[in-house]
Amino acid sequence: MEARSSIEAARAPGGRLDPSRPLVASSPRWGERLIQLSLALCAVISVATTTAIVISLLVPSIGFFGEVSFGDFFSTDDWAPLTADPSFGVLRPVIGTLSVTLWSLMFAIPVGLCSAIYLSEYASPRVRKLVKPILEVLAGVPTVAFGVFAVTFLSPEIGKLFPEFIKTPPFAAGIAGLAVGLLIVPIIASISDDAMKAVPGGLREGAYALGATKLKVATRVVFPAAISGVVASIVLAGSRAVGETMVVLLAAGKTPNLTLDPGASVQTMTAFIGTTATGDVAVGTIAYDTIFAVGALLFVMTFALNIFAIRLVRRFREVYE
Amino acid sequence: MARREMPNPMAERTRLATAGAHAAVVGNLGKQPRGDVWRGNLFLALLLLAVVLALIGLIALIVQSALKGAPAFSMDLFTEGPSIVNPETAGFRPAIIGSLYLIAGVVLLIVPLGVGAAVYLEEYADGDRWWNRLIELNIQNLAAVPSIIYGILGLAFFVRGPLSLGFVVAAGSLTLALLVLPTVILAAREAIRAVPPSIRDGSLALGATQWQTIRRQVLPASIPGIVTGVILAVSRALGEAAPLLLVGAATFVTADQPNPFEGGYSAMPVQIYNYALQAQDEFKALAAAGVVVMLVVLLALNSFAIWLRNRYEQQW
Repeated sequence: MEARSSIEAARAPGGRLDPSRPLVASSPRWGERLIQLSLALCAVISVATTTAIVISLLVPSIGFFGEVSFGDFFSTDDWAPLTADPSFGVLRPVIGTLSVTLWSLMFAIPVGLCSAIYLSEYASPRVRKLVKPILEVLAGVPTVAFGVFAVTFLSPEIGKLFPEFIKTPPFAAGIAGLAVGLLIVPIIASISDDAMKAVPGGLREGAYALGATKLKVATRVVFPAAISGVVASIVLAGSRAVGETMVVLLAAGKTPNLTLDPGASVQTMTAFIGTTATGDVAVGTIAYDTIFAVGALLFVMTFALNIFAIRLVRRFREVYE
Repeated sequence: MARREMPNPMAERTRLATAGAHAAVVGNLGKQPRGDVWRGNLFLALLLLAVVLALIGLIALIVQSALKGAPAFSMDLFTEGPSIVNPETAGFRPAIIGSLYLIAGVVLLIVPLGVGAAVYLEEYADGDRWWNRLIELNIQNLAAVPSIIYGILGLAFFVRGPLSLGFVVAAGSLTLALLVLPTVILAAREAIRAVPPSIRDGSLALGATQWQTIRRQVLPASIPGIVTGVILAVSRALGEAAPLLLVGAATFVTADQPNPFEGGYSAMPVQIYNYALQAQDEFKALAAAGVVVMLVVLLALNSFAIWLRNRYEQQW
């Protein structure tokens, strides 16, 4: 009714619309504005979440760095935060995280990229329709399942094949890396596949017209054209591997060895947070604050990787859509 | 050939041109050199190997869990509580109930918040304003923040700090809801964007207000996509263990959980983790059996979501 009366109001006496009177709502529509405001509040919750994350990490970290100097934290490798005479050189868990991430990417990059090239350039639509959902399923398997898989199957079987490989069975950075790698293959495969599918067909046809083989078209034309999406997929997968917790808790062990050796047990940053928070550490102690300092470092590392990847993804979208 | 007999000063050039054209045609349209064929096949074999390797990983995970968990399969899994001394009668009952409570809370939170945020970003927000771009970038980043960081957030804000709920189910629900909210928002936005602008224009031209247009036209048309997103988010929340470790689900619970705001709780993935940590093979078997139960539930949920998306995908 209101909408109609506003049109009536805009009508000149002759019955025709009067161009000098615009068709605007005659009431301020407070209800509509209230709804818009509450929907905007829902969207603002995401910003509030990030703010809350930063606050929850920053406040205890400030307390932590009041007692431990930056230099001790970042540049020494004495790591014993829970002992009576604690030391806080974070290098060991950082190297542990890097080790697991490195070995997981060693597996996931070739497997993920080759799967992506196959799906985008070689697979028939039927095969594609079959394989893509299976990869999506792989992405939906809970991470604790990969952890149980690593510790009950991968570790003993690989230990049988190479008896000397795992130093402290069943824990090894390489085993955890392999399981994490399996978990991040779908990330690399699906984002890279999207990027390669977004390369215009004209580029492929041009290359074929010049006599290029399918191999050359896939590796020298499509792959370089999709490189920003491919790199983004790898960076996102790396960020995921850095933040992965359950698999490393179960399969990488708790010994903070300073090594990239795949056969050695390592303690990652996430594993330290997980074990310490579930152990009995008194609130307010320096050991408790260490959880947040390590968490803050983890957040900064993954944040940098994520922003880098998001920017790359945006770039390839802008070019080809 | 004919050209040899031609007493023409141009003969040599003509011969060369013809030979060149012939070579080019053979090169492009004739059979590929054997080396190229060989290389192409080798490359294809390599690609297939990679796909098969990824698929074998998934199959091995499922088969291996089923084999390892076989000795532990019985109704005890669903009717018995946890135990660290007696694996024969240990089960997941409090963990299953805890997970159901957690998920109920997550759904209550993410449906209004996720859909609301998506509607605002798609229907109201002016994408050129810096604050709206900030919100978008922020949601994309939140989707990739490690889950354990959400655990720290939950510990600092829900368990202690401002809300001070303690280690209870409600704190776990809030934490998991924030964790999966970006998934819901991204899926709901996608679904809302798929509704063509002409539907909105038609509704507005008939005199509906913007909210009437959204409620009566846009939302009903995008419900299948939104529901798919919610189901995927729920299945992610169901499988997450890391943040729950920090907000209290690690406590050893033997009784059923009657109150979401009081008392310790457990959750399925955390209970699996606790069993997997034990040294005895019987507990490892229990963990594997728990993995199978979770995989069945999650695969059913995900398949249902994908089916729903394909079944109700609207063609405009």
